[in-house]
Amino acid sequence: MPELNFIQAINQAIDEEMRRDPSIVVLGEDVRALGAPLGEFKGLFEKYGAERVIDTPISETAILGAAIGAAATGLRPIANIMYANFLGVCGDELINQLTNMRYMFGGKIKVPVTIMSYTGAGTRHAAQHSRNLYGWLMNVTGLKISVPSTPYDAKGLLKSALRENNPTIFLYHATLVKRGIKSNVPAEEYTIPLGKADIKREGKDVTVVAMGLMVHEALEAAAMLEKKDISIEVIDPRTLVPLDKETIISSIKKTGRLIIMDEEPKTGSAAGEIAAIIADEAFDYMDAPIKRVCAPDTPVPYSPVLEDFWIPDENALVKAVSEVV
Amino acid sequence: MVVSISERAISSALTKEKLADLYRVMVRIRAFEERVAKEFNRGKIPCHAHLYIGQEAIATGACASLRPDDYIISNHRGHGHLIAKGGRTDLMMAELFGKRTGYCKGKGGSMHCADFDLGILGANGIVGAGITIAGGAALTAKLKKTGQVCVCFFGDGASNTSRFHEGINFASILKLPVVYIAENNQYAISVPFNYASNVARIADRACAYGIPGKTIDGNDVLTVYDTVREAVERARHGEGPSLIECQTFRWAGHYTSDPQSYVSKEVIDEWKKNDPIPRFRKYLVERGFLTAEEVERIHQEISDEIETAVKFADESPYPAPEETLEDVYA
Repeated sequence: MPELNFIQAINQAIDEEMRRDPSIVVLGEDVRALGAPLGEFKGLFEKYGAERVIDTPISETAILGAAIGAAATGLRPIANIMYANFLGVCGDELINQLTNMRYMFGGKIKVPVTIMSYTGAGTRHAAQHSRNLYGWLMNVTGLKISVPSTPYDAKGLLKSALRENNPTIFLYHATLVKRGIKSNVPAEEYTIPLGKADIKREGKDVTVVAMGLMVHEALEAAAMLEKKDISIEVIDPRTLVPLDKETIISSIKKTGRLIIMDEEPKTGSAAGEIAAIIADEAFDYMDAPIKRVCAPDTPVPYSPVLEDFWIPDENALVKAVSEVV
Repeated sequence: MVVSISERAISSALTKEKLADLYRVMVRIRAFEERVAKEFNRGKIPCHAHLYIGQEAIATGACASLRPDDYIISNHRGHGHLIAKGGRTDLMMAELFGKRTGYCKGKGGSMHCADFDLGILGANGIVGAGITIAGGAALTAKLKKTGQVCVCFFGDGASNTSRFHEGINFASILKLPVVYIAENNQYAISVPFNYASNVARIADRACAYGIPGKTIDGNDVLTVYDTVREAVERARHGEGPSLIECQTFRWAGHYTSDPQSYVSKEVIDEWKKNDPIPRFRKYLVERGFLTAEEVERIHQEISDEIETAVKFADESPYPAPEETLEDVYA
C-alpha cells in the first residue's frame, strides 16, 4: 500500500473525482502554474485544461461568488480559498449566499460547492494565516465541515465532499502538511462518509475528542499517560458538521469522562459546542466535569516561543487528564 | 446619448404582439408593486418591500431580449425583474404574504424569490452580491456550451461595492456571457449617486475592464430593449460581458415605509413626468400599434390577475411551524 502525504492524497482525490465527474471544476489562485502554492492541484491543469482548472485573479469574493452561481446552475465547483483566514474576505459569499441559498429558495435548488482551505497554527505565519475557524464555521448553518487528521482520511473525506449535493468545506492542517505526515492509502477506490468519527486509539479511562493537528498531540499524550497506567480513548470526529455524537456518547458510557482538545480560542469554540451537546445528552454517564483544552482567547502570535505557547499540546492534555481521573 | 422614443424608429425585431407584451409586462409590474404597498399597509405583508415603481422599462426591455432559458440575477428591488422574466404574480404574492404556496414556501420573502425553471436565479438581499454569482452562472453556460446568457441587475449603490470590480473583472478576463445592467435610480437609500461616486456615469467604469459601457434612458423601454439585445448577442457569441447603465428613478423611496424626505418634491415631480408607462402607451397608440380599447383591455386583465394573485395569497395556508426545520440540506 503506497504511503502518501496530505498533498498527494488530496491531489489524488481531486484527480479521481474530476475524471469520474466532468461537472467538477476548480476555481482558485495559482492553480495553473503552481497547482496552488502547496501543489494540491499539480498536474490537473495539464490534464483537464483551462476550462476546468480556472486560474483566478486574487479575489476570494469572485472565486466563491462564481462557484455559487456555477453550482446553482449545474456545475460542481471546488473553490480554493487557500488559507482559512481568507474566508473573512468572502464572508458574505460564505454566510449570506452559499449556505443560505437553498433554504431561502424553499429547498428548490442544490449548491454543491466544495471550499478547500488550509488551516491552523504552527507554521509561523502569525494571526492572519493561522486560524482554525471551527466554532465560527459550525455556526454557519448549512455547511458541512471536514477536518482530516491523516492523509487517508483526507482523501476519503474529500471524495465524499465532492459527491455531496450541499456546500462543504474541507480544512486540512498546515502543520500536518509541513510535518510531512503520511498514511498508507490503498490504491483501490474508497470514500469516508461525512459524519462518521474514527477512534484513533482505544482507551477506557477518559474520552478525548480532538481534530486535525490535535489528534496527533492527543496520541502523544496517550503514550505518555500509558506509562502512568491511564488509558485515554482518542476520537477524531473527522467532520464537525455533521457531528458523530453517537460515537462520542458510546465512548463516554465506557469512560465517564470527556476532554475536548481544540486548537482555537476557547470562547465560542467547537469544543464548547461539543461540551454542550454532551452535557445535554449524556450527563447521566459523566463521572467528572467536561474539560476543554483550547488555545487562549488571543490572536495567533508570530514568534515561535509565543506560538508554541499558544497551541495546545500533549502536556496540556496530560494536565487536564490528571484533573479528571 | 439619450434617444427618446419619438425620435427613432421601432426596432425591427418587435412585432405588434411583442410591443403589446412589453406594455402588458410594464403594467403588470406597476400593478403588482402598487398592490404590494397596499397589502403591506394593511398588515398582510410582514416586511417592507423595495418597490420597482418607475423603473419598469428596464426589466421589461432587458428580459424581452432574452431567450426563455437565459438567466437573470436580481437584487433586493427584484419584483420587476422576476415578473419581466415570466415569474408568476400569484406565487410571488403568496411568498410576500409568508405562505406555504409561495415561491420559496414562505422561507424567503420579497428579497429571495427565485424560479430556476424560468432562469430566475433569485433576488438577493445583499447589495452587489449578484455580480459575482452571475459570473458563475455564465461559467456554466460557457462550459456546457449552451449559448445561454446571464443578465445581472443591480443598482447604483452596488456599483460602489467591491463585487462590482471583482465580479466584472473576473467575467471580463474569461469573456463570460454576462450583461451587467446598472439601474441608476439616483439614490442608495438616502445617499445620492453624484455624492457616492467621483465619476458621473457608472458606464464610464467599463473601460477599466476593457468591455463596452453605455449610459441610456432607462425609462424608454425600446432603448433598453435595443441596447440590451445588442449586448446579449455579443455575449452569446463569446465576445464577453457589457455594462449598461440605465438612468431612472425610484418613485416609492428605498422601501415601502420610506417617505424620501431627502429628495426634493421638484425632482420627484420631474421624474414622474417621465413615467415609462404612459410614455410608451402614447407611442403605441399614436403609431397605431394599440387602440385605446386594447390598452383598456390590458389594464383590466392585469387588474384581474393581481386581484386573483392577492386572493390566492390571502387564502393560502401558512407553513406549519415545523417546516422551519426543512430544506437546510439537500
